[in-house]
Amino acid sequence: MPEELLSRSFTLHSHDFDKAGETSTEIKGMLKELGIDSQVIRRVVVVCFEAEMNVVMYADEGTLTFVLTDEDIGIEIADRGPGIADLDRALEEGWSTATDEMREMGFGFGMGLPNIRRNSDTFDLRSEVGVGTTVTSRIRLDGVD
Amino acid sequence: MRLDEIAGMLSCETLSAADHEVDVEAVVASDGMSEILAFSRPHALMLTGLTNVQSVRTAVVADVSAIVYVRDKRPDQKVLDLARQNGIPILLTSLGMFDSCGILYEAGLDGVM
Repeated sequence: MPEELLSRSFTLHSHDFDKAGETSTEIKGMLKELGIDSQVIRRVVVVCFEAEMNVVMYADEGTLTFVLTDEDIGIEIADRGPGIADLDRALEEGWSTATDEMREMGFGFGMGLPNIRRNSDTFDLRSEVGVGTTVTSRIRLDGVD
Repeated sequence: MRLDEIAGMLSCETLSAADHEVDVEAVVASDGMSEILAFSRPHALMLTGLTNVQSVRTAVVADVSAIVYVRDKRPDQKVLDLARQNGIPILLTSLGMFDSCGILYEAGLDGVM
């Protein structure tokens, strides 16, 4: 069994575009201090940032849970929100339900979930329409993109 | 290529303390932040017309060397403050995205996507 070294949970607020990314930046600083490989940090932070933006854009609220073990980094983002009706389409690059306002922020081009999957060694997406969505990502400490 | 050489080629104004010794290995150019997160590689120069807080957060996450805002689009003070806190040099050019990319390509820099 991998040994758990660190666990943190962060609340993500909806519709607060200016604050989106603060949690990812904090996690990046934390991982740098711990001396984690820079490629691993980059993958973790892309996953966290895309997930934060998804919560800000689509959900009512969310929680990001981060667990560091001696083998990998686990990230779970669970939100309360509209959910995703078609998970396969949501994972297609370029498919998006974003509004013009979201696109003006530089997001919502159908790359968020694909980016999370691309940067994960294991990836899981579960959603219930009208309830919410949970994204789970694991990134190995010894792996490279 | 050094950042000060690029600043000269694009006639840039420096908006946030630029370390001109910064070395740029490639260029990522987009107004879509997820595109930059997907395809950028460390030490790339980021060209964008998007001047909000998320452009700086994307630059931090993607480990880019610096941001050049194109088409004379000027970020507000909170964006510059965030860039300063995170050590991201910010430059501004009046050139558009196409012309900026063309000049950097001619100078020998490659794109990352």
